[in-house]
Amino acid sequence: MFKTALLAASALALLSSPALAESIKIGFVTTLTTGGSVIGEDMRRSVELALINMNLKMGDLDVEVIYGDDEFNPQKGRQVTERLVKQQDVDIVAGYIWSNVLLASANVVLDADKILISSNAGPSQLAGKGCNPNFFNVSWQNDQTPMAMGEVLNQKGVENLYVIAPNYAAGKNMVAGVERTFKGNIVGKDMTAWPDQLDWAAELSKVKAANPDGVFIFYPARHGPAFIKQYQQAGLFGQIPLYSVFTLDSISLPRFQEAKMEGVLGTIMTQFWAPDLDNEQNNRFVADYRAKYGTYPAFYGAQAYDTMFLIKSAVEQLGTKIHDVDAFRAAIAKADFPSVRGDFAFGNNQFPIQNFYSREVVADADGNWTTSIRDLVLEKNQDPYAAECAM
Amino acid sequence: MNYVLLAEQFLNGIQLGLLLFLLSAGLTLVFGIMDLVNLAHGSLYMIGAFFAATFTALTGSFLIGVLLALPATLVVGIVVEIVVLRTLYARNHLDHVLATFGLILFFNELVRVVWGPAGMSIPLPAALDVSVSLLFGITYPIYRIVIILVSLAVAVGLYFLISRTRIGMLIRAGASNRTMAGALGVNIPRLFTLIFGLGAALAGLAGMMIAPVTQASIGMGEQILIFAFVVIVIGGIGSIRGALVGALLIGIIDTMGRSFLDVLLLVVISPAAAETAGPALSSMMIYILMALVLAIRPQGLFPPRGRQ
Repeated sequence: MFKTALLAASALALLSSPALAESIKIGFVTTLTTGGSVIGEDMRRSVELALINMNLKMGDLDVEVIYGDDEFNPQKGRQVTERLVKQQDVDIVAGYIWSNVLLASANVVLDADKILISSNAGPSQLAGKGCNPNFFNVSWQNDQTPMAMGEVLNQKGVENLYVIAPNYAAGKNMVAGVERTFKGNIVGKDMTAWPDQLDWAAELSKVKAANPDGVFIFYPARHGPAFIKQYQQAGLFGQIPLYSVFTLDSISLPRFQEAKMEGVLGTIMTQFWAPDLDNEQNNRFVADYRAKYGTYPAFYGAQAYDTMFLIKSAVEQLGTKIHDVDAFRAAIAKADFPSVRGDFAFGNNQFPIQNFYSREVVADADGNWTTSIRDLVLEKNQDPYAAECAM
Repeated sequence: MNYVLLAEQFLNGIQLGLLLFLLSAGLTLVFGIMDLVNLAHGSLYMIGAFFAATFTALTGSFLIGVLLALPATLVVGIVVEIVVLRTLYARNHLDHVLATFGLILFFNELVRVVWGPAGMSIPLPAALDVSVSLLFGITYPIYRIVIILVSLAVAVGLYFLISRTRIGMLIRAGASNRTMAGALGVNIPRLFTLIFGLGAALAGLAGMMIAPVTQASIGMGEQILIFAFVVIVIGGIGSIRGALVGALLIGIIDTMGRSFLDVLLLVVISPAAAETAGPALSSMMIYILMALVLAIRPQGLFPPRGRQ
């Protein structure tokens, strides 16, 4: 992959005059090895699917995607970003699952005056004072999804809440988000080591002692199933309701189904999207993904799919002048593309303004466990940091 | 109410400690007797977990899964020793670190190729998947009690193996003075293969025992390996007894730190500061303990005889 990309790059440099681009090179940083790679795989599949659905063309340009593996590690993420920007000289950088990886890598792209699109991570640092004209986010700001969950908790009459989340950039934002809207008391809060801690025996004993009305967690990737398994083993399943964000998704649900953990059916979470969100682009994406890979896509994939169509819409406006960063930026800011979430618009800080729904874990017509949209919780929501952004 | 929590956290600490013991027993023998720094010990922990997950899925029984996975991990350990490590004994520690770090990458990629990136979960029989009421209002997950009992049984078995059998005598002789043991006619290469295989099986067992709790996943061995190195430094390199005491100390201190440190800090600093300092400080505590042990008793708490 790396070698062919290098060869292609040098061949192109020899053949074409530098001013006229014939292809667009997109650097896509995600997690392709380690325990976080299930997410990276969902994103990579969705990027490939987007490429097929656009016939490998953006406007008149051929598309070349060069993947970078962050190995679930901020330092490695920064290194691979440097390689993409400096050695491969990509036209645009996208991807990034983890907030801490994105925060470590963002300057590399922005200092080189290239466009950076986050396909998942939405740390507050880049939404508020640190917003940047060259930085776009195609997912959400970290606080928003738990803010919607806080509203759901209020509606359910939860008074005493116990909060457990990983101790890194996104975990802190998630906790801040739920605290922003939740009106009851937070009776306990544990921030656990990330990504190393996979055993929550001590925290679950504390939950038992505190006996709250609900437990709020944020555990993406492999951590979610492990946490919920231990929640069950500790005898808390069915005793104290578990409310989660970014924990139960199309990646983890098949695993719960394999393990026959019927208890997760009916679980409510909040999200901007679900596979059954009804619009033309999403219906096609979900149907194609299921046909090609046999499972439901997760929201990570949906965001990656959107990222590719956003870039395509900008390239179509620019023709071959993709090296004009000002024009490129303006074209992306229009967000004139078909999104899997229906209407899509950027706010002043170039994070999306969008709806957040409650969604429920259900079994589909064929018995596969998936998530389904229930109610609109936050309508056209803009993140709370946008006001601090000077743009 | 509070003493119930305290008792539960104590059990949690013991459970973590005993699991660490399974992992560090092999590490301390390999490091102490073979003088080999084996960073890939955690990979055997991971391989054990994946073997158990596969065999459990095939046979439908966790017990049979573990019984099949144990010899399988032993074989992997022996193959690794014969193919890779045997050539390294004469070299220095830096070469050991480089080669075994390479093994970590190799095993992680191998697992990704064979089992996929998603990892595997091990379903437990329904009877083991719940909590049980103990005395004084304490409820505790049954499976964690099983981990405690199995680990204790292994600890007792190891004690007998090392202090009462001929093999144990050879291991002790090797730990005290390898050159002398070799000069007295002990077949050192065969002893090394045996020790490495034993260590691999113990690490694999630890992985198998924890997999139903945390799931089998790529890279699961690396973080816990750091804990295991702290354990053997505290306990004294080459000493099984030291590994047991060190592991229990680390398990209890780490669990208690995670449970009560933020509350204790509230007495001295503001809630906001305690909230950020709590997790940071509790994850440092075991390293502070290690630094203390190194400063006061650099050879560890229970170094093997002949090495004091």
